[in-house]
Formats: sequence, structure tokens, C-alpha cells
Amino acid sequence: MQTGLDPELKTAPTSQPAGVADAAPRAPRETALLAEHVTKEFRVGRKKRPVKAINNVSLRIERGEIYGVLGANGSGKSTLIRLFSTLLTLDSGTAEIFGKDVQRDEMAVKQMINRVSVDAAFFKKLSPFENLAYAAKLYGMPAASARTEAIRILARLGISEKRLGRPLEQMSRGMQQKVAIARALLTSPILLLMDEPTTGLDPRSKLEVQAFVEELRDTHDATIVLTTHDMAEAERLCDRIGIIDGGRIVVEDTPDHLKALVASDHGLEPTMENVFMTFTGKSLDDDLDEEKSEDEEEE
Amino acid sequence: MAMLTRDLRASMAFVERNFNLTKRYWGWEVAWLIYSVAGALSVTLIGHSLGDEQLLLVLVIGTIFWSYLAIVFEFIGESVQWERWEGTLEYTFMAPIRRHAQLLGAALYAVIFGMIHTLFVLAVLVAFFELDLSQANFATAIAFTLLGTVSFIGIGIAASILPLMYVERGAQMVFVLQSVLLLVSGVYYSVEILPGWMQFLSQFSPATYVLDGVRAGLIEGASVGDLLDDVWPLLIMALVFIPAGLWAFGRAERYAKRTGKLKRVG
Repeated sequence: MQTGLDPELKTAPTSQPAGVADAAPRAPRETALLAEHVTKEFRVGRKKRPVKAINNVSLRIERGEIYGVLGANGSGKSTLIRLFSTLLTLDSGTAEIFGKDVQRDEMAVKQMINRVSVDAAFFKKLSPFENLAYAAKLYGMPAASARTEAIRILARLGISEKRLGRPLEQMSRGMQQKVAIARALLTSPILLLMDEPTTGLDPRSKLEVQAFVEELRDTHDATIVLTTHDMAEAERLCDRIGIIDGGRIVVEDTPDHLKALVASDHGLEPTMENVFMTFTGKSLDDDLDEEKSEDEEEE
Repeated sequence: MAMLTRDLRASMAFVERNFNLTKRYWGWEVAWLIYSVAGALSVTLIGHSLGDEQLLLVLVIGTIFWSYLAIVFEFIGESVQWERWEGTLEYTFMAPIRRHAQLLGAALYAVIFGMIHTLFVLAVLVAFFELDLSQANFATAIAFTLLGTVSFIGIGIAASILPLMYVERGAQMVFVLQSVLLLVSGVYYSVEILPGWMQFLSQFSPATYVLDGVRAGLIEGASVGDLLDDVWPLLIMALVFIPAGLWAFGRAERYAKRTGKLKRVG
């Protein structure tokens, strides 16, 4: 399969693909996240078969950027987020968040980040406010300012103050995910790790969450790493996209450059679907078949 | 000082969270309280039916103090498992808090909850049997309860690493450990009637010494000074179990992060 990649660097060619307008040169910004040759392996199944979940991944994300990690299920997106969240240790390589090593300076890194995961993980019997107050206290926020801030963020996400006292289990999945986003923003992280934040949401909730991420990009100095398998979402929200496959970032660039690349080098229609299939060498159907066989193997 | 304040605030976050959970699950709390009272009465009525005041007191003390120690152990030992069930474990481990602050919060709430729960059961038993505690040395009972609490917090912390390391079986292991402690600690009988190997195990359970000491204090009016043979094992356990438990928890956390066991499974 031809990917158009430098086989050593595994990055998109730096030359401008046809059809992409020249961008004005700009000064490099502060590095928010720097990962170099990160590898993570797990041993799975009864035979403890080693599986490389992340394979020699290097990334540099600038402050204020929304970086998308686009990949199929099982490609390593969530593992990558967990490595940056200090929830997993690196087997090899290094990862720094605003200059702090995720392993050596774990506590400092934890102060700077927060995460939204695919499942809105809460104490479901507790109310949104009880959950948020608990989270705020863990991050050293005073209760009074936590309440004010929680009300403000949730109001922006369409959840009124009167709903803050009811158990979360009585809320829809979409509402719970909005509370999860509020929890992450409450602690004012300078790096927000969003792991498939819209997966499983109804179309309206999905659009609301996406609009909120856009607002964060436009009005806050937020750096966001967003994993998704929704190509339209990646294209809409992300400044740059890295496509991950089998634990490797197989290509990364702006959505426009990636699309232009498949058009110029492969003569394909410039869509993110074609970008994904070109650089992973798989169709979505292939992915489903592969997942199915993996599930069967696990069973 | 700032770090200490921050740790205490984090500990109080766990206390407040657990209080809110108790409030939200109030129906279950009432059900468990009724079950505890019924269980305590069922056991102690055996002593009452035999007309043996001494046996009645032995059973009452065994029931009451085991109930308290078991709550302390359960609340701390299962704290990781609860979070795994709720799906919040990763968020707690991602928060910028030191692990001892987290475990102190879990322990603090366990002690408060255990005290309230146990005092209620005690009040019912005292009213039901009109127990004669005129000879009791309450200072001894309180001293042994405090020492036993510290030891049980240490064992609870050590037990809580099991659900961290073993996603599915960890909670089962904690339950088995609690059952073994119940069996070998002489809760309803003297440990002297146990087979030799069980008596050997009973030496390592703080409950053995707590129950010995409390019984001697409340039934015979013994002072702490009279019971030094029960005091020093508890002191050693208190001094060893908590640091050992915290150290083991730290190791287990690193293992969980290396192997991906913090991820919610089931």
C-alpha cells in the first residue's frame, strides 16, 4: 500500500499539496504536549500474548491547538490518552506536558490536565453538583467558587441550575456527558484530553458538545487532544489530525492538507473517509471484521 | 503547611462524598441497620436462652465490636472496588492528590459510620437485655477500640490493593479475608477452642486482642494496665499495618498503571 509517507518519519510530506492555499508563516507557539517514541505493550489473554497498543508514537502539540487522534476502535486512541493522563506508565519513550514529564512530575502534570472519557464516569446516585463539588475539592478548589463555576459552565451547556440537585442516573446520556465536560473544565485544565466525548450521543447532544468545543477553541486558550472515530467531527473541530492505526500514528496534518494529499497523490475525492482508508489501508468494513475476529479470539 | 491543608481538604472530599452516597442510599442503610440488629439479637438470644449472663455478655460484645471492625475493614478494603463499579476509579487516580490523603478520607468516614452504626445496635441490645454493665471499665473498652481501629485501618488499606490488582477476583478476595478474620478472631467463642492452625492464625488478627481486651474491660472491669499482653500486639500491628498498607498500595498502583488495571472492567 502506498501511503505517501516518509517510511522513517511516518509524517505527511512537508511540501504543500496541490489545492491547499498558502498559509501565512507564523511563529512557533509553546509546546503543550511533546511525546517522543512512546511505546506501550499489554499482555492479553490466558497465554499473556504481548500486544503493542502504542508503537513508537511521537507527537508535538502546540498551545491552543485542537489535535485530533482519528482511528478505528482498538487502534490505540484511548491508550494514548491514558498515557498522557498518568493512568498508564510508558514502556519506553517520553511524554511531557508543558515541559513536565508525565512520569517524573506526575503530580504537576495532574494539576494541568483533565479528561473527558467516552463513558460519563460518575457516582450516578449523586447529583451533578455533588459529583462536581467532589471533583473540585480533589483539585483544591474552594466549594463556593466550584459551585458558581459549575453553574456557569453547565448553563452554557444547556443544563439549568434546578437540575443540579437530582441524581445523575435520572439524566439522559447526553446530559451526563455534558456534566462530564463541565467536570473537566471546572478545574481549569490547560490541557484537556477528550476521549471520544460524543460517541453514543444523540445527534442534538453531539452537535451541542461539538459547538462547545468550538467555543472553547475560539474563546479560551485551551489546548485539546480529541480522539474520535467520527471523521466529520475530526474535520470540523481539529486544527490537525493524526490518524492512528495499530498503535502507530500513520499520518498527521491539517484536515485540508490531508484531503489535498489524497487528491493529488492518489487521485481520490478529497474526503476524510478517503484519507482514512488511504493511510490505514483499510475500509470501515475491514475494521469491523477485524474487531469481530479479535472479539472471538478473546472469547 | 499548605500541603497538609491540601491533603486534609482532599481527605474531607472523600468523607463528604461518602456521606452523600450514604444519604442517597438511605433505604439500603436502614435495611442493613435492621439486618445488623436482627443478626445481633439472633446471636445474643442464644446466650439469653441458656440463662447464662456471662455468655450473653460475651456474645453481645463479640457481635457489637465485630460489627464495628467489619464496617471499618469493609469501607476501606472495598473503597477501590466501589470506584471500579461506579467507573470513577480512573478519575480519582488522575486527580492531583496524594494516596494517603485518599485513604485517610476513606478511613475517617469508615470510623464515623462504623461508630454510629454500632452505637445504634448497642443501644438496641442494651435496651433488649437490660444488660448489667455496673462493673464495666469503659476506658479499657475505648482504648482497645481505638487501637483496634488503627490496626484494622492498616489491614483495610492492605486489603484494598486486591481489587486494584485483580479486577474481577479482588473483591472476592477481600470478602474471603474478612470471613477468615471473623472465623479466627474469637468473635462468638474463645479462640482456645479452635484447632491449632486456626489459633496460630488468630495471633495475626487484631480483632482477637480487641475482643479479649474489651471483654475483660466490660465484664471483669480490667484496666488497660492489666491487659498488656493484649495491648502490645495491637500497638505493633497499629505501627506496622498502616505504613505497610500504604507502601503496598503504592506498589499496587504502579503495577495497575503498568498493566492497565485501572481501566474500568465490569
